[in-house]
Amino acid sequence: MKRTLLTGNAAAAWGARLANVDYIPSFPITPQTEIIESLSEWIDNGEMPGRLVTLESEHSMITAAGSAAATGIRTFSATSSQGLLYGMEMLYTVSGWRAPFVLVNVSRGLSSPITLEPDHNDIFAARDCGFLQIHCASCQEILDSILIAYRLGEDARVRLPVIVNMDGFYLSFTREPVVIPDEESAREFVGNFDPENIHFSASAPESQAVAVLGGGPYSYFRYETHLAAMNGLAAYEEIAEEFGQRFGRSHSAVESYCADDADYLFVMLGSFATKAKEAVDRLRVCGWSIGLVRPRLVRPFPASQLQHLLADRKGIAVIDQNISMGMGGVLHSELATALYGQSGKQPILASFIGALGGRDIAIEEFFEIAEVIKQAASSGVTPPPRLLYTREELREIRKLQAVARAERDELNNNSGHKKGEAQ
Amino acid sequence: MYRIRFHGRGGQGMKTASRILGTAFFLEGYEVQDAPRYGAERRGAPIFAYVRADSKPINERGIILNPDLVIVADDSLVPVPAAGVMAGITAHTLLLINSNEEESEWRHRLNLECPVLILSLKEEVSERAELPYIGATCTGASARLTGVISNRALEQAIREELSELGTTVIEKNLENALAAYESMADNEGAITEGGLASADSYALPGWIDLPFEDARTSAPAIYAPATSVEVKTGLWRTQRPIIDYDLCKKCWWICGSYCPDGAIEVEESLPIIDYDHCKGCLVCVAQCPSHAIEAIPEAQAQALEAETQEGEQK
Repeated sequence: MKRTLLTGNAAAAWGARLANVDYIPSFPITPQTEIIESLSEWIDNGEMPGRLVTLESEHSMITAAGSAAATGIRTFSATSSQGLLYGMEMLYTVSGWRAPFVLVNVSRGLSSPITLEPDHNDIFAARDCGFLQIHCASCQEILDSILIAYRLGEDARVRLPVIVNMDGFYLSFTREPVVIPDEESAREFVGNFDPENIHFSASAPESQAVAVLGGGPYSYFRYETHLAAMNGLAAYEEIAEEFGQRFGRSHSAVESYCADDADYLFVMLGSFATKAKEAVDRLRVCGWSIGLVRPRLVRPFPASQLQHLLADRKGIAVIDQNISMGMGGVLHSELATALYGQSGKQPILASFIGALGGRDIAIEEFFEIAEVIKQAASSGVTPPPRLLYTREELREIRKLQAVARAERDELNNNSGHKKGEAQ
Repeated sequence: MYRIRFHGRGGQGMKTASRILGTAFFLEGYEVQDAPRYGAERRGAPIFAYVRADSKPINERGIILNPDLVIVADDSLVPVPAAGVMAGITAHTLLLINSNEEESEWRHRLNLECPVLILSLKEEVSERAELPYIGATCTGASARLTGVISNRALEQAIREELSELGTTVIEKNLENALAAYESMADNEGAITEGGLASADSYALPGWIDLPFEDARTSAPAIYAPATSVEVKTGLWRTQRPIIDYDLCKKCWWICGSYCPDGAIEVEESLPIIDYDHCKGCLVCVAQCPSHAIEAIPEAQAQALEAETQEGEQK
């Protein structure tokens, strides 16, 4: 066991190394590349066994990962953003093979316009594909979650691939103190992969791509996958409990911070939630009864824990780092679904969209969000969804537009001038 | 909590500098967070990196906007908006800048109230990205300014962070870092940990409801940078830059120096646009670090002027 400074990417590489993975199909993409660079360096230096192969695209990479897992070996891969979407067809396909492996996604906003900085539209695009999802808030959690994810995916009740998600830049390139468990205890915890009936040998071909026509058989296979994902709820809690006992770090399906007695709650995912913790601390100093609830497990969705945690509150602010065009925040919708029809008085459930493309959330904005839900609770009127976007930011975009307008005018003037010359 | 930001150009070692300082804090028993921030990774492009250090676990994340110390490895970055050197500098901040200009010159140019320290390498280098050991120098100086990092921790941090680069490189970096550490002896502990924003009294975020704008405006299209066009008179202008003096920080040297037509005059630190010669290129609008220069269509500006004049005549 060693406590040292690691980036989120290095923590992910350590997770894969300690899980004793056999095969790593890879393809580079910012801000993920450091993960596969670290692993390939270790393999080259003989510091870890296994085989790393660079594929020609994420589509092939996910196919290779699923295929490798379908031969019964332990597989790891990593991607981000556009790469995850490029592999999307195969995410749905390989999860249906019911062969588990772990994929790290380093969240990054999607095109267009293109960016490098984080938001969760990439990982939410993969929401319904059959991979389970664990969302991390710290570099330590990334390493720990990869170990947990192998246990979860390989559990006989589940047998599905798992995505471990971290935010680009805010975790991927940020160093924090991380405890690296020693190899022996990590391997004891993860255990050997028991592939059950998954196997491959040259003389015994097996097809993973069966066709089923008529909806009945299709419904059976699809719903069985759903039931397996739902089994992940109980399996996750058991595995996380065992992890906590062994390593002394608790990673329950839903993190709850200062929430037990709180009238008001922030609910959010990922690393920006630690900023909410800081805001909770400072609000509490000023007498606020407020806390944070952060789902760590997003698929399966821990609805009953959230129903329990959110019951009997005055106001809840859901801060979504994603946007479903024409609908709004995805987490807000999912919480509303979970809370609908529950007995008792329903809390105000207000929607905030923030941190798109890595747009920071200032501590003052958390204070103001708290004020908004407090006022809503006292008036009983849910406020409309609020994009966290300031007058200064609009001034900045007006500046960019003004420059673009001036350049366009100038180009138009120039081309008009040239036409005149040609005549 | 200590909040420290390094600014430099790709190749000057700012990421490494932040890591060395982060590790040095960690060796002194601090909780640490350090991170670089860059866009297009290329040599010479502006990058910055930051370090947070505290006695308890750190929940704050992202770019530091209330720095205790800002280190600028390359003074040519000051007027580059993408570099963000000036972001969040207050009277509390200490600005450590590598420059051959005097401290008073920088305070004057940028209208600064904060203390400024000069880190002068006194070396003539043609290629700024090749500035030798500037990262190590910045790290050594900043470590001393915190007052809580011993030279032993600094040395160990350098050995750990540069371990893959070989003895010669390590020794040369150590030499520069320790010299810079010594050079700041008189300023040991000059920076102090910034205070916490209170939930009782805070500046409102200034949220707005984003209005709908049709796709002609709101699609993210850009136009190729216009080539320089020789415009003889301000009559050709279609967009007019207007300075909002309430927002202007009077760092006149930036807009004044960047106007390609020299059409911004300065009177007692106050930039004034000469509309007779301004061609409406809006370079000043783009350069202004506090977004204080607004652009409005020239026709609209002239209509407003006519109204004002009429009002005055009546």
